[in-house]
Amino acid sequence: MSLIEEIDYGTPKSLSEKMITLTIDGNEVTVPEGTSIMRASMEAGIKVPKLCATDMVDAFGSCRLCLIEIEGRNGTPASCTTPAMEGLVVHTQTQRLKNIRKGVMELYISDHPLDCLTCAANGDCELQDMAGAVGLRDVRYGYEGDNHVFAKANDVANDRWMPKDESNPYFTYDPAKCIVCSRCVRACEEVQGTFALTIEGRGFSSRVSPGMHENFVDSECVSCGACVQACPTATLTEKSVIEIGQPEHSKVTTCAYCGVGCSFKAEMRGEELVRMVPWKDGKANRGHSCVKGRFAYGYSTHKDRILNPMIREKISDPWREVTWEEAYKHVANEFRRIQYQYGRNSIGGITSSRCTNEETYLVQKLVRAGFGNNNVDTCARVCHSPTGYGLRTTFGTSAGTQDFDSVEHTDVVMIIGANPTDGHPVFASRLKKRLRKGAKLIVVDPRRIDLVRSPHVEAAQHLPLRPGTNVAVVTSMAHVIVTEGLFNEKFIRERCDWDEFQDWAAFVSSPEHSPEAIEQLSGVNPQALREAARLFATGGNGAIYYGLGVTEHSQGSTTVMAIANLAMATGNIGRKGVGVNPLRGQNNVQGSCDMGSFPHELPGYRHISDESTRDIFDKLWGVKLQDEPGLRIPNMLDAAVDGTFKGIYIQGEDILQSDPDTKHVAAGLAAMECVVVHDLFLNETANYAHVFLPGSTFLEKDGTFTNAERRINRVRKVMSPLNGYADWEVTQNLANAMGLGWSYSHPSEIMDEVALTTPSFAGVTYDLLDKEGSVQWPCNEKAPLGTPIMHIDSFARGKGKFIRTEYVATDERTGPRFPLLLTTGRILSQYNVGAQTRRTHNVVWHEEDRLEIHAHDAEQRGIRDGDWVKITSRAGETTLRALITDRVSPGVVYTTFHHPTTQANVITTDFSDWATNCPEYKVTAVQVGASNGPSDWQVEYDEQARQSRRIAPVLDAAE
Amino acid sequence: MDSESHKSTATKLVYMANQIATFFHTQPKDEAVAGVADHINHFWEPRMREQFFAILEQEDNGFDPLVVEAAKHIRKPGPVPA
Repeated sequence: MSLIEEIDYGTPKSLSEKMITLTIDGNEVTVPEGTSIMRASMEAGIKVPKLCATDMVDAFGSCRLCLIEIEGRNGTPASCTTPAMEGLVVHTQTQRLKNIRKGVMELYISDHPLDCLTCAANGDCELQDMAGAVGLRDVRYGYEGDNHVFAKANDVANDRWMPKDESNPYFTYDPAKCIVCSRCVRACEEVQGTFALTIEGRGFSSRVSPGMHENFVDSECVSCGACVQACPTATLTEKSVIEIGQPEHSKVTTCAYCGVGCSFKAEMRGEELVRMVPWKDGKANRGHSCVKGRFAYGYSTHKDRILNPMIREKISDPWREVTWEEAYKHVANEFRRIQYQYGRNSIGGITSSRCTNEETYLVQKLVRAGFGNNNVDTCARVCHSPTGYGLRTTFGTSAGTQDFDSVEHTDVVMIIGANPTDGHPVFASRLKKRLRKGAKLIVVDPRRIDLVRSPHVEAAQHLPLRPGTNVAVVTSMAHVIVTEGLFNEKFIRERCDWDEFQDWAAFVSSPEHSPEAIEQLSGVNPQALREAARLFATGGNGAIYYGLGVTEHSQGSTTVMAIANLAMATGNIGRKGVGVNPLRGQNNVQGSCDMGSFPHELPGYRHISDESTRDIFDKLWGVKLQDEPGLRIPNMLDAAVDGTFKGIYIQGEDILQSDPDTKHVAAGLAAMECVVVHDLFLNETANYAHVFLPGSTFLEKDGTFTNAERRINRVRKVMSPLNGYADWEVTQNLANAMGLGWSYSHPSEIMDEVALTTPSFAGVTYDLLDKEGSVQWPCNEKAPLGTPIMHIDSFARGKGKFIRTEYVATDERTGPRFPLLLTTGRILSQYNVGAQTRRTHNVVWHEEDRLEIHAHDAEQRGIRDGDWVKITSRAGETTLRALITDRVSPGVVYTTFHHPTTQANVITTDFSDWATNCPEYKVTAVQVGASNGPSDWQVEYDEQARQSRRIAPVLDAAE
Repeated sequence: MDSESHKSTATKLVYMANQIATFFHTQPKDEAVAGVADHINHFWEPRMREQFFAILEQEDNGFDPLVVEAAKHIRKPGPVPA
């Protein structure tokens, strides 16, 4: 094991296909046109000294260290800003260059502290490296003059000196060590796209400044870490490096937060994680990160983690720690007892979208082969199940059509019901980069998300629709495209069923779908809607990105189909820069669906009623699978309340907090006789559990995650599980306690079984993943290295299918009692139910959920900013503090759901998508009023949670 | 416990079936009946379909006529294997 060192080529790669050849230090080098001389040199293995250049950002030419000489040209140009040209003869080391470089380094070092031995960057400092590279032996200017290094000179305060800014919980800014290379400023602009940093002052007074001379934590900084990564000195340094020291080995692994699936180097010292650094070869993130993946991993060693199995007879009892053997035996006995007593179908399981593909596969295998039924579901039920249904129906595959690189070729981006800068931040950065280069943006969202207007990005159109009217708006866009003749007839005739198109075209063309007619429902300005539709149809490569604002509605599946219709009608499928792109919520929600977590589907989306598919598994597993679909999560809870569902194994999911209508979930769980929770923490669901099996983190196991691009990324174990076992081992031991006789010794063997049984994974092996870094399924004989873009020549189902999408208003309606519409979302620093992020320093950015309310609605109710308010729906009520804003329209309120005390799901209702039962989180009719404090439910809940988390003290044998 | 939000399973099943019918009402006529039946066959667990048929026998069961029409194509669940 060693530290993975990535080559820094100094300037970004040129995408030109034209190659040119030049001579550098006597070596002939052939590079794409547009490559800098610095990069061309590095490709030939020649390191030109540099400080302000790094290949994550454009060349800047300020440090004057990378100078070169070119035969036939005057002067000493900077190699970073000088493009390589055919036939150039370049020298990177001459006496003249040596003298200049040494002089430059002398100046740098004359204003830099010489505390190298105690400096956190010791061993990882480019300034130190360059001093060595240029042979600096002496600083003729001394250190006493004007400087930024010392707080005082001759007992007089030094105005140029600035104290260390330690306000950010994860990194420090030490202005004394800054060489003003502006790499951090450029990383913030070019890579992250936030523009939080600038250089203030001029000349010798130049200083890096977050915002308007603010502390980092008070500025617009989103703590993505790009500046820290770019800094060549110890000016910006991870606090973990300051505390621990430099790492000594690293492994590439995959972030366990959102569906972007960023690749990171986990940099280690022994089994201690020093830092997570985004990996430049990661194909989803291309070397970028967000605050969660980069810094928020502290939960993995948090004191709240439960490390020993526990059982209890009743949920009102305190927990009792037991051995693993005892726990497995107890669960096996209980599950068998329940099945004997209430029937084979009285138990089930929930796979986790946080766990690996291999772990998910094992849980569904345990349910199907061990429990002998199909009662398995996953949290995709409550997020993207409509994506699976809608895209399968229209295109033939339950997944997005593109890779993330595709956005670099997009001309018009339409974002519907997603907030990428908060929910999928690294993708958002890549998107913003493209938008700054001129791509146009259409935002369809009830709320004014950041992308509508942020530095150097402004949406061409924002359609602030009323929550619940997606189908009306998207169908109306189709109306404009069809009636104005903007559809792509050639594409449709070649790729889709022409009769179905005509039926659909006639349907959308009817006047009741015109923008003018639907304004009444949606509140969207008809002219803006027309402009948006025209732009999408005629603006070049059009790509649609969407999130849970599309799926989590009673018409979620219909909206997905409406989106697919729009992409097909405009010919935006099957090449780079276009497509239908669901932004998936959890790290492995795509994978958990792929692995057969749905009750009606075996791995690879094959229906359970299909005999030939069942046959494959029957033979391999030596069982007879039931041919009927099992229960979905909401159905399980209904059946539990009805008394026919009595036991459940829940791996890595907190349904009590994340699923809608909390009271109903609680009633369902309370009605079961054996609830087994397998998790890192005593989550909210565990309040109703009888058995707790400690889980392991993504740092503690091998496996794979599949991101929103269908990309299968490796997860690599960098430390031993604190609880003793990776989650796949726990499931295996449980299966064996039930007599299944499994003997997997490594997750790669599980993937081999997936490949053996599932055609779209047939070519996937750990060897291939190690070699290629990652692959996108389908990966098989036809596509040995995977499939970045789908439906290139024909749709997976043959012809693309147009489907009529009639708007049907949700039954969750506003009225005199509940006049406002509540919609929900995420914030950058927190993640879902917050089980991880609340146990990190990320709480400095978001310590509570707030209710966003328009000033108009607030004033009518006498609510001031920061007041406690009660929010009531037909399902329940909760309290939180108000935040007055014009981001939401009058009539709409918004909150996040990261904190269990808020209990946002106490108020969400049990309405759900017609096709998949995906809950309608995004629309709840509510009333908001002033409040005196927590609701009765919150008080009761807190007490119940406190009681249920008690762990009995371990008794000595003698007692 | 049939309060405003905490409906009985039967009430929910009727509601769900009618939601499915509402979608298929808007589809071409010849696909609608098969569409509803296929959907329920594909996604409803046997005990849900069992309850479905029990509700169907009641008068004023609240089902959309399209659901009633589709019912003859919905599979009757067999016995659960022991």
